[in-house]
Amino acid sequence: MRCLICHEEIIPKITWANFWNVPEKEILCIVCESQFQPLKPGCVLCFREGENGVCEDCQWWERNHPGLLAKNTSVFQYNEFAKDFVARWKYRGDYILLEALQWHVVEHFSRMRNSDCIIAPIPLSEERFSERGFNQSEAIICLLNRRSQSLFERRNSEKQSKKGRYARITSNNPFKLTHPVHQPVILVDDIYTTGTTVRHAASLLKQAGCPAVTSFTIFR
Amino acid sequence: MLHTLRTYFSSDFDWLPGLDTPHYYPQLAGKLLLHCEIPLDEPHLMTALSQNVLIKVPGLDHHFWGFRCRRCGNKEQHLFAEIPHAICGKDCVYCRSCIQMGRVMECESLYFGSSNVSWPRLENPCAWKGKLTFSQQKAADEIRNVIQLGKGEKLIWAVCGAGKTEMLFPGLTEAFTSGKRVCLATPRTDVVRELLPRLKSAFPNVEMEALYGDSPNKKGAAQFLIATTHQLLRFAHAFDVMIIDEIDAFPFHQDPALHYASKRAAKTESSLIYLTATPRKAQHKRIRNKTLPVVFIPTRFHGHPLPVPQLKLTPNLFHHLKRGKIPPSLLEKIKQQQQSHRQLLIFMPSVKQADQIAEYLRKWKMVVESVHAEDPKRADKVMAFRKKHYPILVTTTILERGVTFPSVDVYVVDAGHSVFDEAALVQIAGRAGRSPDDPYGDVIFFHTGKTNPLLDARESIMKMNRLGEKL
Repeated sequence: MRCLICHEEIIPKITWANFWNVPEKEILCIVCESQFQPLKPGCVLCFREGENGVCEDCQWWERNHPGLLAKNTSVFQYNEFAKDFVARWKYRGDYILLEALQWHVVEHFSRMRNSDCIIAPIPLSEERFSERGFNQSEAIICLLNRRSQSLFERRNSEKQSKKGRYARITSNNPFKLTHPVHQPVILVDDIYTTGTTVRHAASLLKQAGCPAVTSFTIFR
Repeated sequence: MLHTLRTYFSSDFDWLPGLDTPHYYPQLAGKLLLHCEIPLDEPHLMTALSQNVLIKVPGLDHHFWGFRCRRCGNKEQHLFAEIPHAICGKDCVYCRSCIQMGRVMECESLYFGSSNVSWPRLENPCAWKGKLTFSQQKAADEIRNVIQLGKGEKLIWAVCGAGKTEMLFPGLTEAFTSGKRVCLATPRTDVVRELLPRLKSAFPNVEMEALYGDSPNKKGAAQFLIATTHQLLRFAHAFDVMIIDEIDAFPFHQDPALHYASKRAAKTESSLIYLTATPRKAQHKRIRNKTLPVVFIPTRFHGHPLPVPQLKLTPNLFHHLKRGKIPPSLLEKIKQQQQSHRQLLIFMPSVKQADQIAEYLRKWKMVVESVHAEDPKRADKVMAFRKKHYPILVTTTILERGVTFPSVDVYVVDAGHSVFDEAALVQIAGRAGRSPDDPYGDVIFFHTGKTNPLLDARESIMKMNRLGEKL
């Protein structure tokens, strides 16, 4: 067995408790595993760490565009290690890396109310999609072992990660709703930074009469 | 069956088509690129393909017992994975080993460019007016012979500070007058950065380019390329002359992908020249079996012997290092050293310790900088030290080779640590006394108990000096 991230060999520890068992398949070594920081409870709306009640960003959103996003759930901190991880997985296209997080992601997702919800990916522009060869949101939904239903189309191809905070919050809505729905929706994306992307998508859903929109992101 | 078995285990390149279409795209000559790396727009690419300037080859070799990446030679099956590929709608295999340079996939092609570009033949390209010493001249002649012959291998085994770069000049002159394409590859970025200005002033009229991870220019279109070995992953059958400097250095000596790439980057008929001060086991073996012709130069260009390292026992070293300090005896030694005119280079086993010790020495009102591999200001700090802007530099093994400081003393703290192997210690000791104005320098290894690499390093330096005396 080798660590999916650093390729080091993983030598399972043998104790009396697991002496007779076939060793479990491990994906990550202890060193890499410990680099991912699980989020501590924070803002009730967006999971930002170290906040009591509603954080400033969410207050801003609620003042200007009330009720777009009911709640965001995230799993890990977007720290330096996670940045490298995402760069390798998403931009370099090392698809299999995501499996490293499967256990945690599935666990967190199952804690959300999700039984009667539609799970929708955030679309990529045509250009990015053919460049990368996969859609990161769909990859996450695939990891969750759920069926995704694509509701949106993307109009332009600007990268959010290349923009500043203000430019992001005030940017135009890049999405177009193609399939209006009347069920609760969970939007799935990889990173939640300012929350603009998911709120853009949520605003379209709300206009079309969707009762509740929540979002699930791996990194925050 | 036997044939596929052979292609899987050996690094033969018979999958590369024998392409020799003459053309005028130097940026494609001898390249092996992904579609997104090709520096042409779509219509130009189409013409290049139809004219056989570029040829598509599959990115992965599919064998009965597994895959092999054609770009990096990876055949470790755990470094292949599948992706549900949106473009072809199937699960496609890709190589994870060289994914840092873009993804090589089963369903996509690599583009191989013909290397038949006529490079300029220059008359008297060499502007260097220095004179080679007797033993340098001997090696230089051998190098020129190999280049003239157009094939064969040669290992130049020369001590640190023998003037290896200068020995190459007659051979390079020969190559450029006959219009050959040359690559000087080395595992270290610092070495590339240091070599470029020296070679530029020696060959002012030769088109030259430096290629490394974050180099400003990445075209790779020049006649003479100075590149890190990683960049060779983008070349195939490109060079008439391939010079690999510091073949024993990390990461080249234990990364099979780099060996694979450097072998592929040279043409089938090409001159291969290896330079090193500390050959590894593999080379020693080939020298003993007489399969690798070798030139041995045991003296430095200024004729003075190599500084022999002193071993100094500091039993309380770990006690102090743990607390981010150094023993008083060592501190005293550094203070004493600061009275002299030489600068001081201190090697530490880890980045963390290097930073800690630099911080500690600053408390004693010394002007200290520390530098490590990920340091964004690495190049500037090294340059400032060379210009004598500050007296003490604390570093890790990244500065063990390839860099020249005119007059330094070298201290290695915790020299028994496993990162300092024999080659590293010999190279570190070779940083001292490189200038003819100050051919001496103190090299002190501070240790907590003699280890084999320590003794071997000292032994091999003394052996070199003995051999040098005989000449």
